[in-house]
Amino acid sequence: MSRILAILKKEFLQMRRDRLTLGMVFALPLFQLLLFGYAIQTEVKHIPTAVFDQSLSAESRDMMEAFSASGYFDVYYSTGGYAEITNMIDSGRAKVGIIFPPDFSENLKKGDTATVQVLVDASDSMSSSTAIATANAIGLLKSQKIFIQKAQLTNLPYDIRVRPWYNPDGITAYYMVPAILGIIVTMTMVMMTAVAIVRERERGTLEQLMVTPIRSFELMIGKIVPYIGLGYLQITVALLVGALVFHVPIRGSLLELYVLTLFFITASLGLGILISNIAKNQMQAFQMSFFVLLPSIMLSGFLFPREAMPLVIQYIGDIIPLTYYLVIIRGIVLKGIGFPYLVSQVAALLVFSVVLVTLSIIKFKKKIA
Amino acid sequence: MIEMEALTKVFGGITAVSEVSLRVEQGDIFGLVGPDGAGKTTLLRMVCGLINPTSGRVTLFGGRQKKDAGNFGYMPQRFSLCGDLTVMENINFFGSLYKLDRKTVRERADEILELTKLSQFKSRFAEDLSGGMKQKLALTCALVIRPGMLILDEPTFGVDPEFRKEFWKILYMLNRDGMTIFVSTPYMDEADLCKKVALLDRGKIVAVGTPDQLKKQIKNKIIEIKADVKDLDFLGELPEVDDASFYGDRYHVSVPVVEPAKISISRLLSEKGIAISFMEEITPSMEDVFVSLTEKEVV
Ligand SMILES: Nc1ncnc2c1ncn2[C@@H]1O[C@H](COP(=O)(O)OP(=O)(O)O)[C@@H](O)[C@H]1O
Ligand SMILES: [Mg+2]
Repeated sequence: MSRILAILKKEFLQMRRDRLTLGMVFALPLFQLLLFGYAIQTEVKHIPTAVFDQSLSAESRDMMEAFSASGYFDVYYSTGGYAEITNMIDSGRAKVGIIFPPDFSENLKKGDTATVQVLVDASDSMSSSTAIATANAIGLLKSQKIFIQKAQLTNLPYDIRVRPWYNPDGITAYYMVPAILGIIVTMTMVMMTAVAIVRERERGTLEQLMVTPIRSFELMIGKIVPYIGLGYLQITVALLVGALVFHVPIRGSLLELYVLTLFFITASLGLGILISNIAKNQMQAFQMSFFVLLPSIMLSGFLFPREAMPLVIQYIGDIIPLTYYLVIIRGIVLKGIGFPYLVSQVAALLVFSVVLVTLSIIKFKKKIA
Repeated sequence: MIEMEALTKVFGGITAVSEVSLRVEQGDIFGLVGPDGAGKTTLLRMVCGLINPTSGRVTLFGGRQKKDAGNFGYMPQRFSLCGDLTVMENINFFGSLYKLDRKTVRERADEILELTKLSQFKSRFAEDLSGGMKQKLALTCALVIRPGMLILDEPTFGVDPEFRKEFWKILYMLNRDGMTIFVSTPYMDEADLCKKVALLDRGKIVAVGTPDQLKKQIKNKIIEIKADVKDLDFLGELPEVDDASFYGDRYHVSVPVVEPAKISISRLLSEKGIAISFMEEITPSMEDVFVSLTEKEVV
């Protein structure tokens, strides 16, 4: 026990002096959160929209008001005609062009179909799909109103009421912030641990240590515990930023979140230590960690819903610890659910931890034997 | 104190250490001497239990004590302390791994730092020390547990001559107080400083004994020559000469009988128009011993 304490003390001393690492520990969650939280918006608003209104009527004005009011379109009235609209879309200054024909108002009054042409720059699929869906919806709503008037109905025959639970306003940050926590922990635990241990071996400190009475499990615990501490520190920073900057509500129990996070931390640490045992130098350790990090970002359901992925890719996602942690953290933070709903995820992380840590202890023993 | 029986280590295809049997006795300054790649580090690592021998056996302290007991200090070949800790922090860390209390460590450290002349650098970071001071710090850490035996792997490699002298002086002081020392070195001149020497070449022991014994082992005489030409390898082709080798700014020529060799060497050199500034028989150095013994091995 006192030998573990000796290692712990040394690690803390070194960590405190390693300004770069320490800076990373705090800067990483801040930077990542701000980056992803602000920049990545799966919901696109304020699409620059150019309008060429040839009808110049109350009806066309009314229609554009509806577009503006939706919040999805930032409307600019063009005077340069069709050519200017296409030019604006080509150059990227506008993503959507709306053209009212001269006979728009007459057609409407006559009871004929009044056509509005909507040009969409579909090279950006995210904003174009929003634009298309919203434009269609506005058209339908407007038509509906006229139908109701004409048919003198008081009620619509169907009324489908969608109620988005957990995140009714569809705020991206709510969804992203907890997930970024998982990414940050993966980065720190896998990359920093792997690189740090390899660095220590390169320096030869391990050879000196192995002649002392210290046992390899004591050394492991002494090395692991400070990183667990770091992981929790980062999570705390990230949760604070999430709550203060993005107003992410934490609906479930914080205690439960912290406790279940331990399983994810140990699984990630196991990966990091395993990498450190395989890698021959710091560069390799870094590259191998990256090899773990990339699929964690792409396949875990962090950026893209897993349901939309081909089955094979989903299977690969199944062997990534982050996949399970995302369910846990989104569940606790957004849905406010607890352990009983998350048993299988926790079990998966436990299996990862046991397998990875055992593997690395075996590898580690061989290395000095 | 250390007994090696037919110790062998094979790495893949290379036999780094081959059938080495040695005894290091209480009170020895035992030198393991051999050029780079001879297998010194591998042998010492097996002795310390850092790597397992492919075959053979090591017994420490007659097998009575486990290595865990901290009865010997080990100083690895490379500086392997924590550069981002200060001198004193490194020492404290080592002490605490052996469950020594703070006070004991401090008292012993003061004593050893005095000996190694590091006292005024207590709070300097290890990485800011000079090469020689780093080695002395490593020695200090190895000594904090007051071991009865010290195993040092090339402690003076790459360190300037002044520090080498000082380091050996410390080893002598420790030895006088009863410490057994097992040290490896690639420097032949350091072999002369050991009480007992084992010459290691390509994993094999070529000779063991006191420096004097080893020098007597070679039957040939050594003539040292200084001439105004560097390359005198062709001297080896004279029938009176067994071997000629470069030695610093001189040449050492190994001959069975001195006088006839001297005569034919002078004749050959004057034929070639090379002036000789010095040519005398000398007592063989350890390097001469090593050269003559390893040459035998090859033939
Ligand atoms: N871990 C290792 N793996 C493979 N070969 C090794 C290893 N350690 C040493 N060797 C080889 O064993 C030989 C002896 O090396 P070493 O014991 O370091 O010699 P020395 O310390 O005398 O310079 C060298 O040829 C070296 O390449
Ligand atoms: Mg060596």
